[in-house]
Amino acid sequence: MRLQYPTSVQIVKVPCTGRVDIIHMLKAFEEGADGVFVAGCMEGDCHYLAGNIRARQRVKRVKEILDKVGIGSGRVEMFNLSAGMGGRWAEIAREMTERITQLGPSPIRIAREKGQSSAGEKAA
Amino acid sequence: MIKAIGKPLEEIVEMIGDSKKVLIAGCGGCVTVCEAGGDKEVKVLASSLRLYYANAGEEKELNEATVTRQCDVEYLNELSEIVDKCDVVVSLACGAGAQYMAERYNDKPVFPGVDTCFIGVNLERGVYSERCQACGKCILASTGGICPVARCSKRMLNGPCGGSEGGKCEVDKDIDCGWHLIYERLKTLGQLDRFEIPVDPKDWSTSRDGGPRKIVREDIKI
Repeated sequence: MRLQYPTSVQIVKVPCTGRVDIIHMLKAFEEGADGVFVAGCMEGDCHYLAGNIRARQRVKRVKEILDKVGIGSGRVEMFNLSAGMGGRWAEIAREMTERITQLGPSPIRIAREKGQSSAGEKAA
Repeated sequence: MIKAIGKPLEEIVEMIGDSKKVLIAGCGGCVTVCEAGGDKEVKVLASSLRLYYANAGEEKELNEATVTRQCDVEYLNELSEIVDKCDVVVSLACGAGAQYMAERYNDKPVFPGVDTCFIGVNLERGVYSERCQACGKCILASTGGICPVARCSKRMLNGPCGGSEGGKCEVDKDIDCGWHLIYERLKTLGQLDRFEIPVDPKDWSTSRDGGPRKIVREDIKI
């Protein structure tokens, strides 16, 4: 299909979105990610029955945490699509990238970069 | 087992205040089973706090450690090195574990990271229900294995009361009437005659009315 999607999207492969835990999403933000989206199978089509349903609940919890820590729940989202929906995948990647671009860089990344540059200044 | 639920992040942030070095201490016992204060929850809380403080521009050191149980001093001793390095400890153990932590490290502020709720069962993952109030004098043998102290909102010993309707409690329609459950169970067991004998007032001295309780077992003491 040769579909294009933004190069800023980094893929972390998991056997099932049921493997994605709250801490994995939080760690991504700690490491400076501007946004995270979880792409699971269509609801009702999980090979492990409820992996994608569990992932949705965990994304919901991460949204609550992100609101509380001041990063904002809009930076994380859950999507459902099948392995045969390549077009939709590219669309979601573009949609999410656009949303994150509008939100701007994550305040954590800004804080980290500021910290690193001030540490660099101190070292210099 | 003991059931607890994590405190809101803002409450924990307020307790930590200006302290710079924080230890988030988990417990491998009951709070791990109810997913409120085990290793996993320690990681999530520490990560959430790191994000919070990074966003707020505050420099904090969040340390993480989980021991087998916080209600045993030998496991608490394992934390001595890391506790020494920290200004405050946020204990994710139950109220007993958090208190034992404060007792063991008495020069260190220890804050509770969870609200300890009750002794209960796992109805399913993430759904817990109260079953025991640790009254110190178990009467389950005469109540069909269902505790009126824990399951009746009024702790009545001779129920049900007039507020029982359709098997539900007047306090909340989502609460099963404990005495309705007892009646149904005794009917199944063929022991409904149990209702013909009024129960004498309970001796509450073995419960909280007798002050803080203690068990001494000479046969197993070392």
